[in-house]
Amino acid sequence: MRLPITAWASITHRASGVFLFVGMAVLIWMLDASLKSPESFDAMVGVLSSPLVKLVLWAIFAGLMYHTVAGIKHLVADFGIGETMEGGVLGARIVFVVSAVLILLGGLWIW
Amino acid sequence: MVTAVTSFGRSGVSDWLVQRVSAVILLAYFTVIGFAIGGGVEYGEWKALFEQTWMRVFSLLAILSLAAHAWIGMWAVFTDYLTERLMGATGNALRITCQIGSSLLIFIYVVWSIQILWGY
Repeated sequence: MRLPITAWASITHRASGVFLFVGMAVLIWMLDASLKSPESFDAMVGVLSSPLVKLVLWAIFAGLMYHTVAGIKHLVADFGIGETMEGGVLGARIVFVVSAVLILLGGLWIW
Repeated sequence: MVTAVTSFGRSGVSDWLVQRVSAVILLAYFTVIGFAIGGGVEYGEWKALFEQTWMRVFSLLAILSLAAHAWIGMWAVFTDYLTERLMGATGNALRITCQIGSSLLIFIYVVWSIQILWGY
């Protein structure tokens, strides 16, 4: 699909939001297992050592980072900053670059 | 303003504000969590953190913010794509089913979180 970058930024914000809503089940499960008992904490650490689980976690982290950065852009726009077409394009570029860097750093942290 | 019961929405201005306030609360919460686990964490200190009253209250505030934020966000997505205009009558049935399903999931998240925060 040929769409302007601003449209991609918006669609990705929505898609990451829907993904996070479902992914939240994993995060709440982790909170549950980590607080229940020392044994369940250790069991969870064990589960998290699997590469597949790390990938799932990284995907959730990526969704969270993108959604957060794009959300901050919205808050900035609420103050009237970047509301022109050029401002919107620049904002979308910044959101993609900043979140890509954060996602890579998160990947390093997870592995 | 749409007031039909199946619209599931109230006022756009209210939704706009709730979405932003809940977003800032969630950002603050995930930042605190990030700092807590960033350098690795042991069971003892992690458990001690969640035994503090302020952390339990902050976590409850975060999960309620998530409930509101997800409600408004999912509503926006469902009412844009699962519509009569795009899918005919199926759109209405599918949208209402998805709305009820997401409400149920939100409810489960809230109850589950309260159980974790005060149950252990």
